[in-house]
Amino acid sequence: MHNKTIAELAAGLKAGEFTSEELTKAYLERIKALDGDLNSYITVTEEQALEQARAADARIAAGEAGPLTGVPIAHKDIFCTDGVRTSCASKMLDPFIAPYDATVVRKFKEAGVVMLGKTNMDEFAMGSSNETSFYGPVKNPWDTRAVPGGSSGGSAAAVAARLAPGATGTDTGGSIRQPAALCGITGLKPTYGRVSRYGMIAFASSLDQAGPMARTAEDCALMLGAMAGFDERDSTSMDKAVPDYTADLNNDLNGLKIGLPQEYFGEGLDSEVAETINAAIEAYKKLGAEVVEISLPNTNLAVPTYYVVAPAECSSNLSRMDGVRFGHRCEDPKDLEDLYKRSRGEGFGSEVKRRILVGAYALSSGYYDAYYLKAQQLRQLISDDFVKAFEQVDVIMGPTTPSPAFNLGEKSDDPVSMYLADIYTIAVNLAGLPGMSVPAGLVNGRPVGLQIIGNYFDESRLLNVAHKYQQATDWHTQAPEGIA
Amino acid sequence: MALDKSDVESIAHLARLAIGEEDVPAYAETLSNILTLVEQMNSVDTTGVTPMAHPLDMAQRLREDVVSEENQRAHLQQYAPSVEDGLFLVPKVIE
Repeated sequence: MHNKTIAELAAGLKAGEFTSEELTKAYLERIKALDGDLNSYITVTEEQALEQARAADARIAAGEAGPLTGVPIAHKDIFCTDGVRTSCASKMLDPFIAPYDATVVRKFKEAGVVMLGKTNMDEFAMGSSNETSFYGPVKNPWDTRAVPGGSSGGSAAAVAARLAPGATGTDTGGSIRQPAALCGITGLKPTYGRVSRYGMIAFASSLDQAGPMARTAEDCALMLGAMAGFDERDSTSMDKAVPDYTADLNNDLNGLKIGLPQEYFGEGLDSEVAETINAAIEAYKKLGAEVVEISLPNTNLAVPTYYVVAPAECSSNLSRMDGVRFGHRCEDPKDLEDLYKRSRGEGFGSEVKRRILVGAYALSSGYYDAYYLKAQQLRQLISDDFVKAFEQVDVIMGPTTPSPAFNLGEKSDDPVSMYLADIYTIAVNLAGLPGMSVPAGLVNGRPVGLQIIGNYFDESRLLNVAHKYQQATDWHTQAPEGIA
Repeated sequence: MALDKSDVESIAHLARLAIGEEDVPAYAETLSNILTLVEQMNSVDTTGVTPMAHPLDMAQRLREDVVSEENQRAHLQQYAPSVEDGLFLVPKVIE
């Protein structure tokens, strides 16, 4: 059962081949048996899951089921879940039980989707390897010496290891696409404003966006349909109708114009990853697509720009973690300043502290113009590059990451080299565009992801382009050894 | 841009973040490396470029100033660390 896609599971539930309770139990058993080593879940919500599964079965029996009713998924532990610990993988929020559901969580609940549990992640979504989690690193199911990527590393590993058929993720600089690539699954970061941020613990509010992670583009389409939509509780949510994302999946790719940015194939790209991506491009040519060489000249500025904008926004957002109203509080504070400083000093891990410090510095008196304002100007230039490119092409393609998964511990002492793991994904967030990663091959047994970038609100086309590739290839069906 | 020990200490104070004495040199080094990376921004002249405020040029939405939330005090307080008579209890240092 665990090798079925969400679409297949939904069809099986509808046809009465199995119940949601049976399906949910099967996944809970697998998590018990296999997750001890992988560490992809922080919290498994067994009781609630079985309760939700029985309710879903009743809905199906009554003929009131929606397309996803009874399907179990996992939520990244960044989404608030009413009555369930919501830790953001931080000691700071280890004691925090959310008193409400994030909009994404609520929408899945209303659709009758079962929550298996909350997945591991980098602390407050800050990291590219899942090594900054308070609950310990997640291992990559393809090779347990390797990182799963981050920050949605638990969601990616859980889906790759068939411990959930799909999971939610969030992407601020590549946190859905990079772990999807490194774990050999399919992940989509929607256009900024497409999915509500309400109840999603904020990291960098002008960049954060939630999206689906699953094994196929079709499953991502089904999940996105349930997640997307206007929400008056999110002031940057877009009031725009949600299309049926499955409607265009099978559209012909004849004449599709694919832009290949020369900057994504230059120095720093692993040669075997480059070969893998070129093979994927050849597959697209066979499907009738045309390839156009393009340039995104400000690509090399994306990482420096991001490491001003994201830390500045995080230092502001995380000021609410002050030891007063919720979360970790230090023992015997002697005054208010001591309470703030020690609660935060004890509650945050070192990468989170680093980013708060960079942000506080960039926003401090006398430095604002040199850092934050300059970064916002560059953000405009980076964004303009994409606008120009999309006058010429329908989608942009390249590698999701410069290399396959690196080893645990390999980059954890060198933040700058870790930051460069996101060199191809970060610009998309700065511009607010949608982007996907789809499995495109293996290098030394470790997965490689093809990144597909689309124009604003063009998620249907991205899903179509990814789906047609998955109809013609079988990289997305491959499983780590000992998993399938 | 190289930060020294006292820079790190003053930024940590701005951020109300306690940092162990022994950890300050390591923060000085990694923060300096990050700022060196960030300074690549200066390779481009951005004179006259309007800073980007929102990827989709969206304006802030407004709503009527009416009560939109129900009182959920009991529900919200069930997870609070310490409550009494419907009030949240905090350490004495908070006035």
